[in-house]
Amino acid sequence: MSRKLTAAIVGPGNIGTDLMYKLLRSDVIEPRWMIGVDPDSPGLGRARDKGLVASAEGVDWLLKQDELPDFIFEATSAYIHREYAPRYAEAGIRAVDLTPAAVGPAVIPAVNGDEHAGAGNVNMITCGGQATIPMVAAVSRATPVSYAEIVASVASLSAGPGTRQNIDEFTRTTAAGVETIGGAAQGKAIIILNPAEPPMIMRDTIFCAVGADVDRDAITASVHAMVKAVQDYVPGYRLLQEPQFDDPSDATRGATKVSVFIEVEGAGDFLPPYSGNLDIMTAAATRAGEGMARAILGGN
Amino acid sequence: MTISGAPELNALTRTWRDTDPTSDLDIRLTDTCLRDGSHHKRHQFTGEEVRSIIAALDEAGVPVLEVTHGDGLGGSSFNYGFSKTPEQELIKIAAETAKQAKIAFLMLPGVGVKDDILAAQGNGGSICRIATHCTEADTAEQHFRLARERSLETVGFLMMSHTQPPEVLAKQARIMVDSGCQCVYVVDSAGALILEGVSDRVAAVVAEIGHEATVGFHGHENLDLGAGNTVMAVRAGATQIDGSVRRFGAGAGNTPLDAFVGICDKLGWKTGVDFLKIIDASEDVVRPAMPEECRLDRMTMMMGYAGVYSSFLKHAGNAAERYGVSGARILAEAGKRKLIGGQEDQLIDIALLLKAENEAQQEA
Repeated sequence: MSRKLTAAIVGPGNIGTDLMYKLLRSDVIEPRWMIGVDPDSPGLGRARDKGLVASAEGVDWLLKQDELPDFIFEATSAYIHREYAPRYAEAGIRAVDLTPAAVGPAVIPAVNGDEHAGAGNVNMITCGGQATIPMVAAVSRATPVSYAEIVASVASLSAGPGTRQNIDEFTRTTAAGVETIGGAAQGKAIIILNPAEPPMIMRDTIFCAVGADVDRDAITASVHAMVKAVQDYVPGYRLLQEPQFDDPSDATRGATKVSVFIEVEGAGDFLPPYSGNLDIMTAAATRAGEGMARAILGGN
Repeated sequence: MTISGAPELNALTRTWRDTDPTSDLDIRLTDTCLRDGSHHKRHQFTGEEVRSIIAALDEAGVPVLEVTHGDGLGGSSFNYGFSKTPEQELIKIAAETAKQAKIAFLMLPGVGVKDDILAAQGNGGSICRIATHCTEADTAEQHFRLARERSLETVGFLMMSHTQPPEVLAKQARIMVDSGCQCVYVVDSAGALILEGVSDRVAAVVAEIGHEATVGFHGHENLDLGAGNTVMAVRAGATQIDGSVRRFGAGAGNTPLDAFVGICDKLGWKTGVDFLKIIDASEDVVRPAMPEECRLDRMTMMMGYAGVYSSFLKHAGNAAERYGVSGARILAEAGKRKLIGGQEDQLIDIALLLKAENEAQQEA
């Protein structure tokens, strides 16, 4: 398969730039445009150095070109994506949305990537969701999960103004994903920004409430298999400990409590390795886009 | 009354005095045993306990009473412990019981959400206290704005204040005030600050925001300095003070509010609280609701010493027991890792690593 589909990255910030380096390695997607609004943006310069067409004239400029991209990777803000998504669709461009706009279905590549390979617009939820929902899904593949709770700790430096001003959106969106994609009947999400120096690598803990007589080995095996599946696109995704099981008690509200401890180290493509929370977003977006591209190319 | 070093208290604007212009108090006290004490109680308060404690402290004249899960609205969870009684129910009972006191509630952005604030207001809470780690004040902007829009009185908590120098805290306090916060607390979550460590920080925050908002202090007893540190805070210009009757709070507990009322009487600082009534409440009403006294022991002293968030105490104890390792070592490692409030989950990881370390040593 030598043919590649083309992509534009909208938003030449840290995320957009890291994403560019990942897409440059793709077999099926060629990043050809980097779109921003500030001519002095260093991200546009970096894109030019890598041979991309870089424009500071925004998406309006891109949509006026004779040749349009097959994909747009949106690395701007939820507000901008909500505004432009209808125009991408009108132009027949598929969108991979790294903002919390949630215009399209939410995708966790290791869990439901195939389901939405034919979608016109997919959303990457949140960094905490990409890191933790696979573990909830792994447990719920083995046994019903009545309640799942995730705790995401990230380095303060890796949480930009968007996350900070919309921290409620993060917890709500992630909790919703824990339910709809993770398969928990009820979901809860907690995020902590830790300013420690040197910056801490992203850590996530996933707690699941399951039945009293569950097959613990089956859950453990399912968790290991899912970790492997995520490592396929996020090499720095690591299980810190074997899954822990706490017997039912008042403290667990009568459920068996499963605890899974994860660390996510970034690949260091552009962003520093501690910011695994950002790396897992760009890695997941790349993988989701590639799945959609393969569906198109395979159909030809 | 004169408080050496304090700014002109009555020159302050946009403060709690606005909500009660007739107030002639020098210091406004908040009792937090039904919030911070929730940690010590493992979040097992019953409605009846809350009703009796609120009634007693209200009768003693404490002007503000805080009621919430220890980790704030939405804190009921695996990570922090599930509440026996839903916190919103407890807030409602408190608001229905209090005759003069205002009911405050706590929320931590990243744990609770704006809807929780609205629900707490609906149940009768009127003071919204929003806590962030002391470098992350900008995560609370949307919550302060909402609270002010809804006419709630607002308080900001800069948690783990011992980790940052005074000038950093002042800048973070500025962010909170610019978002609508009416009182910024220097919060010694780890009980790690020592005397001037408190007054230098409070003074810096007063210098930055003192003309627009009040400044508060919330102490812990882990190094036995809660009351002393609180006196230092008042002398540096803090006019809103937290404490818990009988220290009933996380770690070795909070500044003992009952004793602090006595201290204020002796120093001539008007708090509006009746000392005899509050020591009776402490003995007759609060003590029976406590699982045990809050005390200094190797675990709580290690928290103050290593700078560990006080509410880690019970969780470190649980993990130590579950995995057969030293609780004090778990806390020391938590300090070394620079964990902050909310990261209780990491204590389990630490316990597992210590267990593996012990096993490796036994084999060797």
